[in-house]
Amino acid sequence: MGKRRKVLQGNIIVARAAIDAGCNFFAGYPITPSSEIAQYMSREMPKLGRDFIQMEDEIASLGACIGASLAGRKVLTATSGPGFSLMQEHLGMGVMAEIPLVIVNVMRGGPSTGLPTKPSQSDVMQTRWGTHGDHPIIVLTPAFASELYSETVRAFNLSERFWNPVILLYDEVLAKAHEDIELPYKKDLEIYKEKVHKIKDLDIYDREIGQNPHRVDFFKGYPIHIDGLEHDKHGWPTSEPGTVQKQQTLRMQKIYHYLDDIIKYNEYYMDDAEILVFAFGVSARAALPAVEMARELGIRAGLFQPLTLWPFPKQILRQRFSRIKKVLTVELNMGQVRYEMERVASDDVEKRALLRANGIPFTPGEVLDQIKEF
Amino acid sequence: MRHYERYIRYRTFPTPWCPGCGDGVVLKSIAMAFSELELDPNDIVVVAGIGCSGRMPTFFNTNTLHTTHGRALTFATGIKLARPDKMVVVISGDGDATAIGGNHLIHAARRNIGINLVLINNGVYGMTGGQVSPLTPQKFITETTPYGNIEPKFDIAELLIAAKASFVARETVNRPVQLKDVVKKSFQHKGFSVVEVISNCHINLGRRNRMKDPIAMTKWIEGRTVSKAQYEKMSPEERLHMYPTGILFEDKDRLEYSDLYYKHIIPAAQAAAEAAALKQAERTSASRKVKS
Repeated sequence: MGKRRKVLQGNIIVARAAIDAGCNFFAGYPITPSSEIAQYMSREMPKLGRDFIQMEDEIASLGACIGASLAGRKVLTATSGPGFSLMQEHLGMGVMAEIPLVIVNVMRGGPSTGLPTKPSQSDVMQTRWGTHGDHPIIVLTPAFASELYSETVRAFNLSERFWNPVILLYDEVLAKAHEDIELPYKKDLEIYKEKVHKIKDLDIYDREIGQNPHRVDFFKGYPIHIDGLEHDKHGWPTSEPGTVQKQQTLRMQKIYHYLDDIIKYNEYYMDDAEILVFAFGVSARAALPAVEMARELGIRAGLFQPLTLWPFPKQILRQRFSRIKKVLTVELNMGQVRYEMERVASDDVEKRALLRANGIPFTPGEVLDQIKEF
Repeated sequence: MRHYERYIRYRTFPTPWCPGCGDGVVLKSIAMAFSELELDPNDIVVVAGIGCSGRMPTFFNTNTLHTTHGRALTFATGIKLARPDKMVVVISGDGDATAIGGNHLIHAARRNIGINLVLINNGVYGMTGGQVSPLTPQKFITETTPYGNIEPKFDIAELLIAAKASFVARETVNRPVQLKDVVKKSFQHKGFSVVEVISNCHINLGRRNRMKDPIAMTKWIEGRTVSKAQYEKMSPEERLHMYPTGILFEDKDRLEYSDLYYKHIIPAAQAAAEAAALKQAERTSASRKVKS
């Protein structure tokens, strides 16, 4: 298997991966620290005969993406916290109408305009619960250069497979750092290709639990209706309680039925670990050397690095906590994943968290100090 | 079955509109325009936002999309850019298009992307029960202007001409035949087109302003509209509360956005890529020569 070795900026790795994954429509709006993705796409997409458009705001960007997705395109948009806040309206539309979408959210310090040029991990809960209403969501959190590439490809695959928005969540440090990467050849990528759905009597949402809608794109010969209102099996608006409840369940189960296919994580030094360090994104970059240093000191620490942050890797963590009774959550915010950890780990697990929200990422030494305190 | 009924999705009836509502006239006018242009329903997508007008796509037997409040034009932009060969119609109300969607409206016009917008102006938020909109006439009583509206209304035609729309027309639901004709002409236009349709909401606007039935409201509309030719002869004072109708502005020469993108940007980018590849090849062969 051949490799292409390069030094590339994080945002550019993501943009290249998206193009390699077959993304053929990008709509975006400039925002620090994600703008390089839009800039790269504006230059490269037309070379391949693909579409790029800069819209008037982030709401419009995601709207255009949904429209293009319905017209058969593989779509991407990229933004940061403030823009992602604006996108929440259409994120909900994407879930409700079951549209494959990939959204890159490069986290910066918040709230509001906050710290545009500094990293943060404070959009954890916004990605999960930002849009109103009950909804399933998939959020991927790469931490290393190679993962920026592979998780971008996986984001497209998951969005196409589950007909749902997928968010690629990383931070300003990973976005701006130039790193050494071996780019895989396009032919070696696993790209999800959907079976063509057969439409029966236009009952596009008539399905079993765990199935996608039986729907084709626009202009394929079937005059279908797509709606942001709650809809029945034909897609027509309804508020009939039985139908509404059924549709809610179908949308949720379409994702939660296949957790094993969605949840992905890396474990380092976990086999005999006594302290579980939970860290993602830039914090995992500090936590890994910290765990290695702890090992040198004879402390049996291990790193659990989730690549899928939502749905939360609850089952696998519960298995680990049957043996490991100490957990340290490292996150660059005032405490978001730590509450999820409290829900997942039983009372006999000692839970600590290393938190900070001042725009400065953790150093391995700081994580090590916390590990040593256990 | 009449020919235009091919474009109507009777399965989804009844409509949610009040008896006497102008939306039905608009629905039929659009279907008849499709019919007269002999379009394939599969080649059309009808997109709308929220409100009484937002429910209209459900009743077209074409590809249809009911989106979020004010944002229909953004979805339509994505569809048009992805499939420039298809017809993209957007239906919007006055609150939908000019308040929450005002930004998207002016930018779609500025881009001149090939979307055909039918903007139904009934001067009020009807679906939510009759609140003031940016197109409610001054002094009118609504649910949120109980002492009279103090804000001036937009002149949609002037606004969109200033925003560089290439086809701007206005018609009323009082004249269904003329409405169908102007809608049809707008559908034949290549860039961004808008037809403002002045409609009646006797339930949520008229009732609070001494026009409680459709007849009273349509008579009021009739008294407020004149042809473009007549309007141009009027003095500024006379024009103040009048709406000119017909095709108010048309620029047939301006290129449509997706046309420009596919005919200008893509070839330019591909030429740049070829030039860069050529340069790279020259550099490689030059370095090879040096080595040998």
